[in-house]
Amino acid sequence: MFDNFPLWPDRASSSAAGVDALYIFLLIVTAMMTALIFTAVLYFAARYRRQAGVQAEQIEGSTALELTWSIIPLFVFLAIFGWGAVVYFKGRTPPRDSTEVYVVAKQWMWKLEHAEGQREINELHVPVGRDVKLIMTSQDAIHSFYVPAFRMKQDVLPGRYTVAWFRATKPGIYHLFCAEYCGTSHSGMIGSVVVMEPAQYEAWMSGGTTGPLSATGEKVFAELGCVTCHRSDTQGRGPNLQGVFGKPVLLADGRTVTADENYVRESILDPGAKIVNGFKPVMPTFQGLVSEEQLNALVAYVKSLSPAGAGGAKADAAVAVPAEAPAKAQSEGSQVNQ
Amino acid sequence: MPMPNGPQGERENYLNKEYGAGSWLLTTDHKRIALLYLMSITFFFFIGGFFALLIRLELLTPAGDLVQADTYNKLFTMHGMVMVFFFLIPSIPAVLGNFLVPMMIGARDLAFPRINLLSWYLYIIGGVMMLHCMLTGGVDTGWTFYTPFSTAFTNTKIVEAGLAIFVAGFSSILTGLNFVVTIHRMRAPGMTWSRLPLFIWAHYATSIIQILGTPVVAITIVLVAAERTLHLGIFDPKLGGDPLLFQHLFWFYSHPAVYIMILPSMGIVSEIIACFSRKRIFGYSFVALSSIAIAVFGFLVWAHHMFVAGISVYAALVFSLLSYAVAVPSAVKVFNWTATLYKGSIRYDAPMLYAFGFLGLFTIGGLTGLFLACLGIDVHVTDTYFVVAHFHYIMVGGALMGYLGGMHFWWPKISGRLYPEGWARLAALIVFIGFNLTFFPQFILGYVGMPRRYYQYPPEFQVLNVLSTAGATVLGVGYLLPMIYFLWSMRYGKPAPDNPWNAAGLEWKTPSPPTTYNFEQEPVVTWEAYNYEELDAPHKEEVPVAR
Repeated sequence: MFDNFPLWPDRASSSAAGVDALYIFLLIVTAMMTALIFTAVLYFAARYRRQAGVQAEQIEGSTALELTWSIIPLFVFLAIFGWGAVVYFKGRTPPRDSTEVYVVAKQWMWKLEHAEGQREINELHVPVGRDVKLIMTSQDAIHSFYVPAFRMKQDVLPGRYTVAWFRATKPGIYHLFCAEYCGTSHSGMIGSVVVMEPAQYEAWMSGGTTGPLSATGEKVFAELGCVTCHRSDTQGRGPNLQGVFGKPVLLADGRTVTADENYVRESILDPGAKIVNGFKPVMPTFQGLVSEEQLNALVAYVKSLSPAGAGGAKADAAVAVPAEAPAKAQSEGSQVNQ
Repeated sequence: MPMPNGPQGERENYLNKEYGAGSWLLTTDHKRIALLYLMSITFFFFIGGFFALLIRLELLTPAGDLVQADTYNKLFTMHGMVMVFFFLIPSIPAVLGNFLVPMMIGARDLAFPRINLLSWYLYIIGGVMMLHCMLTGGVDTGWTFYTPFSTAFTNTKIVEAGLAIFVAGFSSILTGLNFVVTIHRMRAPGMTWSRLPLFIWAHYATSIIQILGTPVVAITIVLVAAERTLHLGIFDPKLGGDPLLFQHLFWFYSHPAVYIMILPSMGIVSEIIACFSRKRIFGYSFVALSSIAIAVFGFLVWAHHMFVAGISVYAALVFSLLSYAVAVPSAVKVFNWTATLYKGSIRYDAPMLYAFGFLGLFTIGGLTGLFLACLGIDVHVTDTYFVVAHFHYIMVGGALMGYLGGMHFWWPKISGRLYPEGWARLAALIVFIGFNLTFFPQFILGYVGMPRRYYQYPPEFQVLNVLSTAGATVLGVGYLLPMIYFLWSMRYGKPAPDNPWNAAGLEWKTPSPPTTYNFEQEPVVTWEAYNYEELDAPHKEEVPVAR
């Protein structure tokens, strides 16, 4: 359409076409229902307008009709529901081996960090055709990561990770909006997603970087003294973290949880919340001691210790001893930092 | 039964029985209290409308140039809070419901007249608190108060606004309680449940939601205030709370609150369509029970506001499915109204035009709800202008259209005067056109991707925003007109006969305006609701319709 009068958003991700198809289906269904109702109302209003000497004909109702116009819409609704659920599930399930980007939202900017180490603000460069998984958290209020051209939106919450993914299909520059009201400059919290051809992207990636995020995480892991208990060669006072990420973890209270990003995060900030079976709740909290960026780096590092599940930059790191420890983070006795 | 008509003042009625401020401020007459509410909510409607106008003016251009960003954020917040809590929720129940519920069931007053007056005072106290809050700085969280923004990241007057809503909430609870007891206990002999006007069924369903839902939002507000002032960790993750808990609690009330707004409007539309088609409502019992079904299912769908908020995909599935369940009774109502027109004897008086307008706008509003309940679409359109358009179609297109239709339908009864029919039809037309021009472009704007609550926006969204603002000015005229000619008619309007529409319903068997106790003697009901066949039976003399 015209530059200043778009009637349809750009279609630049693998899921956009699916959402649009469903939307068009809904437009057709609802247009038909609207036409049906409006035609009936207008026709009756004209045909049965008051005329001298003509009485209204009293009709009590009809259970058969009532059932018809309850059940037919119900089935139409169920079809819409089913289709919508399929599209939603696809949009919510990041494919394996996605490239990972950590997103930290704050009033009023987006901070993005590629697993390979590139950092960006309010701009996200991605190549065409690659699955990109966003691991997002907020430093303050709730925000929402919204790229209309990708038909993708996910609220970004403080205190936990939320995840979203997309695969860009068309090079270009697309709006990145904050869609959850977050204060004064909410409408200024606009960034862009720059989708590039793979070759261009490689060139862009080769620009300056401080090394992969997991390597940064390894440094933080050492600086904070985590290594003293979470040893990679043997079981220390805390669980050995080799190969833990993405696996089920048996807890002391008998539950089993999957070691995902939120689990690692919680184990660092609130170690007492989930104690691994066989360990003592001795790890102190790191709440307030690590920044969101450091947390992301730690998560990326823990992830890099599990070769199978790790995406992106699973660096050389310390995979020296692929120990079979099925347990995970939380105890951390006397560590010597901060 | 109709008493001879005389010019106002010749016979005693609830308006001229006593004069003076005291006779109004201490009245326990449900009709006078209804008028107190009418004046109060009209005042708040125009305040909320003024904010809306400023919002639309700001959005005329992509740049933020009319007001500051913070001011804009306060404008949409106060617009929402005022319109939802101080206009829409009390609108039909507290004005028309208050006036009509006792009369429709043949009672002299509500079950608890003094509590009824207390409701109004609570509303006024809440309203004054809200005004004070607005005049001394206001709030900038959006009417949704989302945490932790509202508890930790804004220094506007959250606690004061919350308390204002808390107090006004009790007004709503007490009104609901009064209606439930009245409808159960005060029906005239012979007024069985199956003979109740659908207006009463709608108010019964509404009252249940008010009683069960409002305490939850009251508690939620207290928790927000506690977190803000005492730093109890309830919603803020930094204090160990859960921000999503707030959204669950908030929407547990605020979704059903939409039905508090729309159900009474549906009741009015049933009355109007029956009267102006001269027919019993098609499928009376289905329309009545669908109100109850909406009230019940309405409590089970709240998390459809949270599909991208970070809830589990399985929870999202359940809430999407249940949302479609609540769409069925709404559809049933629309089909029954349409079927009522079939073989009717239809006139297009102003109330009927508003009812037609309601049908059109509610249908569009309801059907776009199917998009939002659909998980795959909601991800893209939630928190955009698509949502803004959708809920305005329901809450303004639907609820307000019904309210205006009802005001026109019962105005001769309320005031004892007739309004100018030509102006009223014109206003109905202007509102319908202005409304669509304002809000239809917002559906497109939303799908193209413009987020809501944006004070400035990328330039490609401008054309649609200009259309919307143009529509808003038309709509503003449409809303001002009725206020002007209603006021005009109070002095210059022709005296209204007792039953100008020759309508069924006990309220039309009272004089216009009614006497303080409504009925000379307690009526005994021997007929079904909407007995238009008997009313129009040829042997009966047609009551002339004054125009």
